[in-house]
Amino acid sequence: MCIDCGCSSLPGNAHQHDHKHAEKNSRTIRVEEDLLAKNNRLAINNRIRFAAEQLLVLNLVSSPGSGKTSLLERTLIDLKNKFDFAVLEGDQQTSNDADRIAATGVPVKQINTGTGCHLDAHMVGHGVDDFDLPATDILMIENVGNLVCPASFDLGEDHKVVVLSVTEGEDKPLKYPQMFQAAELMLINKIDLLPYLRFDLQQCKAFARQVNPRIEIIELSCHSGEGMTAWYDWLHAGVERKRRQA
Amino acid sequence: MHELSLTQSIVELAIEYARRENAEAIRSVTVEIGALSGVSDDAVAFAFDVCSKGTMADGARLVILHTAGRGRCLACHEESELSTLTHTCPRCGGLALETVQGQEMKFTELEVD
Repeated sequence: MCIDCGCSSLPGNAHQHDHKHAEKNSRTIRVEEDLLAKNNRLAINNRIRFAAEQLLVLNLVSSPGSGKTSLLERTLIDLKNKFDFAVLEGDQQTSNDADRIAATGVPVKQINTGTGCHLDAHMVGHGVDDFDLPATDILMIENVGNLVCPASFDLGEDHKVVVLSVTEGEDKPLKYPQMFQAAELMLINKIDLLPYLRFDLQQCKAFARQVNPRIEIIELSCHSGEGMTAWYDWLHAGVERKRRQA
Repeated sequence: MHELSLTQSIVELAIEYARRENAEAIRSVTVEIGALSGVSDDAVAFAFDVCSKGTMADGARLVILHTAGRGRCLACHEESELSTLTHTCPRCGGLALETVQGQEMKFTELEVD
């Protein structure tokens, strides 16, 4: 096949170029644009909007089944008299998680991504339209359960918080380094199960710090309540920081 | 498969630039993908065929250029090549390295008629 025009003449054959080859007008356009540029622009818009409302925004990421929704439920129940929350729930399908959050009385909106494996800044920008943002202190965005794809998509959040449960194995930070590098805080969940598992907590923390030397780590169990105070203190400090920045 | 949405952006950007230049067809599209970007070439190539079908980028050649990863040791500041995010500093054995290159995902150029 002719590599210039894709016609069926073989190289070496007498290929008379009596038909016009495209290169007569062919030209190269330099682009130099980030592939995530569109998402990043929308994420910046979200960030500006959230900052104007002094809103602390967290993007919660983890593998499916780490206990993100249970952790959120417990957090909302314990802190809803202290802070005003709003929650965006991302899942491929069902409104199960949003129903659980709605039962706590906190405003919630479910985003179903269909076949999509992550939330993006566009979905979040529209997702918050129904919330009373000026009356909200903390927006929790529960991303699609997936330790790969959500790492690349900025939603306009202040912090990515990665939840890792002890039933998943201590080497997850090495297996999915992108996500642990993008996160500022790691919550090690379900520590009430540690006596029943061969999970090396110190090793897990060392692995996380290997891919992200600056990561903060809190060990907790939203079931037993152990460690939840440290997480609440972290949230409190985050809200204070936002208020000072305004 | 976040490559699908990334590739969708590649095709949309290509068409946007080609239209701006009043081009008739897109012959090739060149992107730069860093070794530490978490993006798989094969998935992008596969998604490109699907996303470009029926558009003016249909049949365009996709060229993927690779950028090597580089990291700087937080302990001794030595820079070294990184092929993964879990790497040991060859100079001091430090485990904590910050990435200085290799996370790029860039649309660099396109060729049009």
